[in-house]
Amino acid sequence: MVDILKIALIPGLPLISFVVLTFFGRKLKRKSAWVAISASIGSCALSFCQILPVTSGATTHITFPWLVINQVPIEFGALIDPLAAMMLFVVTFVGSLIVIYSTGYMHDDPRFPKFFAYLSLFLFSMLGLVISPTLVQIYLFWELVGLSSYFLIGFWFEKYSAAQAGRKAFITNRIGDIGFFLGIMTFFYATKTVRFVDINPALAHTYAGSFAVGVASLLLFCGAIGKSAQFPLHVWLPDAMEGPTPVSALIHAATMVAAGIYLVARLFPLFQVFPDASQVVAIIGTITAFGAAFFALTQWDIKKVLAYSTISQLGFMVTALGVGGFSAGTFHLMTHAFFKALLFLGAGSVIHGSSVQDMREMGGLKKEMPVTFWTFVVATFAIAGFPPLAGFWSKDEILLAAFEHHHLVIFWTLALTTMMTSFYMFRLLFLTFFGAKRNKHHAHESPVSMTAPLIVLAFGSAVIGLPGSPLMHHWFQGFLSSGHHEEIHMNGFVVSISVASAAIGLALATWFYLIQPGLSKKLAEKNWLLYSASQHKLWFDEFYDATAIRAFKTSSKKLLDFDAAVVDGAVNQTGIQTVNMSRIKNWIDRYIVDGFVNFTGWFVSTVSGIGRLIQTGFIHNYLLFVLLGLLIILYAAL
Amino acid sequence: MNSFAPLVSVVQYVLMFIVLGAAIVTVSIGNLFRAAIFLAFTLLGVAGLYFFLHADFIAAMQILIYVGAIMTLVIFAVMLTGKMQDPLVAQSNRQKIPAFIILCGVSAFLIPTILKAPWRTLATPHATTAANLGRALMGEFVFPFEIVSLVLLVALIGAIATARSDE
Amino acid sequence: MMSINHFLIFTTLLFLIGLYGALSRRNMIGILMSIEIMLNAVNLNFIFFSRFLDVPAETAQVFAIFVIVLAAATAAVGLAIVLQIYRNQKTIYTDEIDLLKW
Repeated sequence: MVDILKIALIPGLPLISFVVLTFFGRKLKRKSAWVAISASIGSCALSFCQILPVTSGATTHITFPWLVINQVPIEFGALIDPLAAMMLFVVTFVGSLIVIYSTGYMHDDPRFPKFFAYLSLFLFSMLGLVISPTLVQIYLFWELVGLSSYFLIGFWFEKYSAAQAGRKAFITNRIGDIGFFLGIMTFFYATKTVRFVDINPALAHTYAGSFAVGVASLLLFCGAIGKSAQFPLHVWLPDAMEGPTPVSALIHAATMVAAGIYLVARLFPLFQVFPDASQVVAIIGTITAFGAAFFALTQWDIKKVLAYSTISQLGFMVTALGVGGFSAGTFHLMTHAFFKALLFLGAGSVIHGSSVQDMREMGGLKKEMPVTFWTFVVATFAIAGFPPLAGFWSKDEILLAAFEHHHLVIFWTLALTTMMTSFYMFRLLFLTFFGAKRNKHHAHESPVSMTAPLIVLAFGSAVIGLPGSPLMHHWFQGFLSSGHHEEIHMNGFVVSISVASAAIGLALATWFYLIQPGLSKKLAEKNWLLYSASQHKLWFDEFYDATAIRAFKTSSKKLLDFDAAVVDGAVNQTGIQTVNMSRIKNWIDRYIVDGFVNFTGWFVSTVSGIGRLIQTGFIHNYLLFVLLGLLIILYAAL
Repeated sequence: MNSFAPLVSVVQYVLMFIVLGAAIVTVSIGNLFRAAIFLAFTLLGVAGLYFFLHADFIAAMQILIYVGAIMTLVIFAVMLTGKMQDPLVAQSNRQKIPAFIILCGVSAFLIPTILKAPWRTLATPHATTAANLGRALMGEFVFPFEIVSLVLLVALIGAIATARSDE
Repeated sequence: MMSINHFLIFTTLLFLIGLYGALSRRNMIGILMSIEIMLNAVNLNFIFFSRFLDVPAETAQVFAIFVIVLAAATAAVGLAIVLQIYRNQKTIYTDEIDLLKW
């Protein structure tokens, strides 16, 4: 019982915090941050209690029956296996740091308590999602995550673009979620189970040829496409940067978008037996990785660059899972959570300190914000994939997985993407912190509540890759696959390609933005088509606007007309006919029913009126009637 | 039977006609005071008839109670309600004629019945004395006698209570 | 010896005259007087039957006494009621008093 309570409190504490802050947030004011911080740190501590047994091979699986459909129970509960443990670690640890960071970042916001209430709600949803033992429960929390993300993206809803972005994220996610839901149903229909423990290689092999299960796996992947912002549903994530920066860090870098990857990782045995499905996954991942990196090259908004970078990195993870690198994908998920959260928080610190978001107006912040700068440098090197930082080990493993499974096109594309990653990240770094100041604002270093998480995350970004590195004998991969040990060799060719790509990216960025600052502009003018394609994200938004949204609006208009003409008409006709019927009924009521009643009354009153005539009230009349009666009796007796 | 029998019979018939005539006047005359006087004559005639029927005590009672007491009472009442005794006001109501017709119907039934009935009359008529009557009252009929005296008492108390003015 | 039929017809007529008075008079005192006539007619019948029919003479005469007593009671109560009605309604005409109705 205590164990169950301990597990239940992992998502439970943020939920309590959410409820408390919702009802008492106004009273608590600044103190509401402490509620949220203690809740998140509490669930972080509880998570560590659960993770430690898992490292020694113990999996916790608690279920309670919830529904029974065709004798198949659908359960809720908790499943803490290595994958969930890893996610718990990332979500609670990074989440706690971001909550702490938020106290500084949101310090002057009038809806300060509400923000922490939403953050708590999000943490609750995310943790519930992570420990879900069934597809149905994960779907529930999946939607909750979407909802709280909607709240957080649209937190500054006074801003039109923020409200729009929240809506866009929500609706785009719904498109993927329809697929996810259909996938759950198809999967349940085909296999009669929704439990994750049942989705193992043994079960997957029994359904290897099943068309329904193949379709189900692709439909389930739709959910991941939406949530993890994969092509073609990636458009919501850059817009979601309208939310407060800690939200971007928490939701759109470290945790929520990772939910899609987490789902694919959960379903990994399934994808392994459907090579076509895995192929689709890998291709979508690659397109996303490459495309997003391409868009990131030319963005000017510091958060947009990071957003596309996130999409790109998520593409890496999806690709890894698609090509069969289970541990590679999840490993990258973990490392990425650290350095991307760090990058976002760093960007937030920059925005907080300099009050601008456009990189063209930044520059030279190195001296004014030293802590932010140095942690940012660590994160940039990490994401670019320089050894021995976190990103190197995980990215190298993804490349290795692609290479070893003979997906050479994917391998080279990813290598190119790595180079682009390195390029745009250093571009961001140089534009922001180096060179001359390009605006008059006096920037200042952020408060300790913001820099402390940055330092912790920087430390994490540096060392979190080590457990998966040869230096620690690939402990992490062994932990994840728990049992059948994946044999991982460092491939010298892959390593050199990886490092070379990152180095080329660094060199190009240095050349363009430090040595020859005017060159990039000239190049952009020369290749204007390519440049504006990147700048306008290949016109995806415009394309969707012109096709899907226009068509949707047109059909909505048509439906409105239909509604007005036919449905309303039918309703009105029903009303009119009802009125007419009522008139007839009224007539019947008035003249027949009432007539009958009135006739009864009239008859009674008339007859009694006749009878009343003899009741005169005069005694001599009565006496006469007595005699009359006597006479009648007498003659009758004769 | 004595030799005066035919005369007695004639006197009886005369009395009967007097009684009938007085009664008719009593019920039809407009002046109520005069009606009361004719009622007294009727009652006196009836007393005479009692006498001829050898009911001496009843005849005496008739004169004492009726003519003496009840008539006095009636005349008092007539005088007390003197305002109502205006001779110009009609003293009979509108059902005079229906009443007459119905009574004709009743008599048309009763008189033939009387005529048809086989009366078994005694050869020698009964006669009794006041002493016998007193014995009967105190002996055989003592219980009804007591009841009647109670009724009379209650009636008199009731009459007083009713007639008493409210103050 | 007078005819039994004649005497019975006489008492019948006397009774009917009294009844006619009770029906046609509108003055309550008149009605009471008519009732006295009817009672006398009945009493006459009692006495007559006691003399010529096979019933003990005392029984009939006792009945006659009771009737006279009750007539006195009737007269007393009736006249008291008449006085009270006169006092309350300012009339003793029966066709002006219809309190029996509703």
